[in-house]
Amino acid sequence: MAGLDWDAVEMARRVQSGEVSALELVDASLERIAAVDSNIGAFLYVDDVGARQSARRLDSELTRDQKKSLPLAGVPVAIKDNLVTRQMPTTAASKMLQGFMSPYDATVVERLLAAGAIPVGKVNLDEFAMGSSTEHSAYQVTRNPWDISRVPGGSSGGSAAAVAAGMVPLALGSDTGGSIRTPASYCGVFGMKPTYGRVSRYGLIAFASSLDQVGPFSRTVRDAALLLHVISGRDPHDATSVDVSSTAPTVVVADPTQMRIGLPEEYFGDGIDPNVRTQVDAALETLKGLGATLVPISLPHTRYAIATYYLIANAEASSNLSRYDGVRYGFRETAPDLIQMYSRTRSQGFGDEVQRRILLGTHALSAGYYDAYYLKAQKVRTLIRRDFDQAFESVDLIVTPTVPDLPFKFGERALDPLQMYLTDIFTVTTNLAGLPGLSQPIGLADGLPVGLQWIAPALEEERILGMASALEAVLPVPSWPMQGGLSR
Amino acid sequence: MSDNYEVVIGLEVHVELKTASKLFCGCANLFGQDPNTHTCPVCLGMPGALPVLNRDAVALATRAALALSCTVHSFSKFDRKQYFYPDLPKAYQISQYDQPLATHGQVTIRTEAGPRAIGIERIHLEEDAGKLNHIGQRLGDATGSLVDLNRAGVPLIEIVSQPEMHSPEEARLYLTELRTVLSYLDISDLRMEEGSMRCDANVSLRPLSYTGSLADLPRVEIKNVNSFRNVQRGIEHEIIRQRELLEQGIRIVKETRGFDDAAGTTYSQRSKEAANDYRYFPEPDLPPLVLDAVWLEDQKNQMPSLPEELRHQLAAEGVLPRDVDVLVQDRALYGFWRQTVAIYPDVKLVTNWLLSDYSRHMNAKGLSFDNPGVSAPHLAELLALIEDGTLSGKMAKEVLESMFATGESPQVVVKRLGLSQITDHEAIRLIVSQIVEANPAVVADFLGGKEKALAFLVGQVMKATKGQAKPDLVNALLREVIASHV
Repeated sequence: MAGLDWDAVEMARRVQSGEVSALELVDASLERIAAVDSNIGAFLYVDDVGARQSARRLDSELTRDQKKSLPLAGVPVAIKDNLVTRQMPTTAASKMLQGFMSPYDATVVERLLAAGAIPVGKVNLDEFAMGSSTEHSAYQVTRNPWDISRVPGGSSGGSAAAVAAGMVPLALGSDTGGSIRTPASYCGVFGMKPTYGRVSRYGLIAFASSLDQVGPFSRTVRDAALLLHVISGRDPHDATSVDVSSTAPTVVVADPTQMRIGLPEEYFGDGIDPNVRTQVDAALETLKGLGATLVPISLPHTRYAIATYYLIANAEASSNLSRYDGVRYGFRETAPDLIQMYSRTRSQGFGDEVQRRILLGTHALSAGYYDAYYLKAQKVRTLIRRDFDQAFESVDLIVTPTVPDLPFKFGERALDPLQMYLTDIFTVTTNLAGLPGLSQPIGLADGLPVGLQWIAPALEEERILGMASALEAVLPVPSWPMQGGLSR
Repeated sequence: MSDNYEVVIGLEVHVELKTASKLFCGCANLFGQDPNTHTCPVCLGMPGALPVLNRDAVALATRAALALSCTVHSFSKFDRKQYFYPDLPKAYQISQYDQPLATHGQVTIRTEAGPRAIGIERIHLEEDAGKLNHIGQRLGDATGSLVDLNRAGVPLIEIVSQPEMHSPEEARLYLTELRTVLSYLDISDLRMEEGSMRCDANVSLRPLSYTGSLADLPRVEIKNVNSFRNVQRGIEHEIIRQRELLEQGIRIVKETRGFDDAAGTTYSQRSKEAANDYRYFPEPDLPPLVLDAVWLEDQKNQMPSLPEELRHQLAAEGVLPRDVDVLVQDRALYGFWRQTVAIYPDVKLVTNWLLSDYSRHMNAKGLSFDNPGVSAPHLAELLALIEDGTLSGKMAKEVLESMFATGESPQVVVKRLGLSQITDHEAIRLIVSQIVEANPAVVADFLGGKEKALAFLVGQVMKATKGQAKPDLVNALLREVIASHV
């Protein structure tokens, strides 16, 4: 299909120069969605009419005003359904918000629109972004385009699958403990969680406020850089957004010979799938070949990360999800009195995993338990952050496998929450420390993608992108799944 | 109070701050608007919305803290207080828990035994909840409830006293002085009836033999009382109720009670035995509140004169002690007084007129010193007309009444009513001579030593001049004329 092989940078350039129209690109995207998404299930909502209207409007604006320059002119994008949009429903993949129309656009959505991007639809996730497989959506499962018997990872599984299956070149996701990087790794695309505060959270349906970040999915490093550039920067609506300018729109390729790259021993121990290990080792050899210095380091508090993460994330989630009470919007179950209305609405509106986390989080904040759980977790969080501070005194970047294993089959972990939680073991630490992380596809093992995670000091996204770009340049050009339609 | 118990009272006062917009969003902070017309995604608790702190609210809260002699903390933070209720859109209130904006303040009350400082434990910033309007007579039999979120997110400060008041009267004095101090800061409307000032009272009785911690005494919180008078009545009733229970050997239950205005009694609302667990935790959406040292210094320098200072000042200017309190207690009255004295500097005359006739007319018209009906320059002008003899005191009262009725200046009223004392000596001397001529017998009585006879003659002159002659002048002229007749 014409145009969908291009990355977003290429699409925008051609739209801007008049070689192709926004409408042609949007049509191509919508046709691709129509052709393959019934087998993937990435989209919860496709806005054919609105997307075509926006594309036509953009085309006539560009014709009228030749000087108008938009970084994402005519680029079709998918938006994770926990980012609120005025033109499309926002459900967070929950029955609680079935059919909910937001009265405002998330800041990142506003910025996408201002950059000329065309949202084609909203994509699936684990309900309220709670999960690592996108199996916990109240509406549908999303399948991994590389093997539809396997999960795409989560919680931004819809975003990753839509990009991997070539339905859109770009998608927005959100990452609280790995929700961008895990599905990026499982689906073989780039996915970046920016520094906490780099991208506005205004309009991102909160899961865990001190950990959540919005970030890009793409098939090239330069696309990730461009989308990050568009969505980053201070937002007066988010008091936690950092007062620094946006990241650069283009990538400055780093000089690997100037880079000291840390390999934390805690991320290369037992429990890593040998297939993953082989691919990661090969990527490390490639980096060495490029002249990078690989340094063994230690992040000693890593083993407490999962426990710390789930205490903090669930505590904040229990509070953030309290507003879904049936009073003002969304799902409401009728009842004879207020207390029963609350209880029935929340018991029936939230799925099991969400309820499990609300209960755990409520417990962790309860009188008599707060000190032992939440407060202690905050102290450990500080120690984990210090581990990174110390490591970055001697290295410029850290690399790890993104996920310890390959995409798993549906149902394999859904019944064992603890097993599911361990999927995030290498990704939660950067959320706890507020650092930027990128998952880069480095090849296939057994036909399934493997990702390498880059971690940088706060606000050093450009350093990551520079090195990822250097590596991208020497890795074989990836083939994309479902080129002819369906794989396996 | 009974000899066996000491009354222990602590007050929690909520004050709505008069900012242009709400605490965490740009919605207008206005009272009495159509329901839900001043709301946005933030104060409605819509998915994805985030709070951003209003700097003005911090400034107003800081001003209150400084005026109440608090230690203002350069570092404080916000916390979430969590509970479900339909007037609380996010199901948590953003408040300050363990690190409030200010601590360790005081309010000095003036009791009959002399001044006494009541400690203020803390002042913190928080957002108000919305309002529920129940359809039906009472909550119990309401057929439904309508939620109005205009008030949701309005900035509040909560001022928590130490449990250092020992009588309902002291509680009233504390509230009165607190409101007086705050009124000079211009930070709130301070209207109990509109809810811009609200008070909860904690009351317990400490057996004199009890030596444990006050915090461990079972206390009763009286909530939602709508006037200072009713706070006092509620506490009075609560003391009697608790004492009766204690004397019967019945344990006091920690609970929240409402006040029934008509019956003058308190009634149980909910037991606090199973304490509400608000699951406070630090608000992750807001960075800690850090006050810049220079900014804080600026706030201190911009503080207006406060009541205590004004009381000293007024006493030094010669205002009587009992008038000092009355003048200072109402900031608008004080401002009006100050304005009048600036034009007409007879402190005593201004004070007397302002606190008697002027206040009476103003109150009768249902006006207040914010918008009193007769301006300070007009009052000063009226007083000047008394001084220069144009008007007698009695005439001035009549003129003032007319000024309140018409809004005219005293000069205009005097002219219109044809009032003005005859101060022309020759004109009066002529009338005096005629009266003396016409009353030889009375004159003889006077000359014979009957001082009272002169009063009759004065009355005759006043009658002839229709009261427009100045009495002391008439008096003097009469003596002069009679003397010259002899």
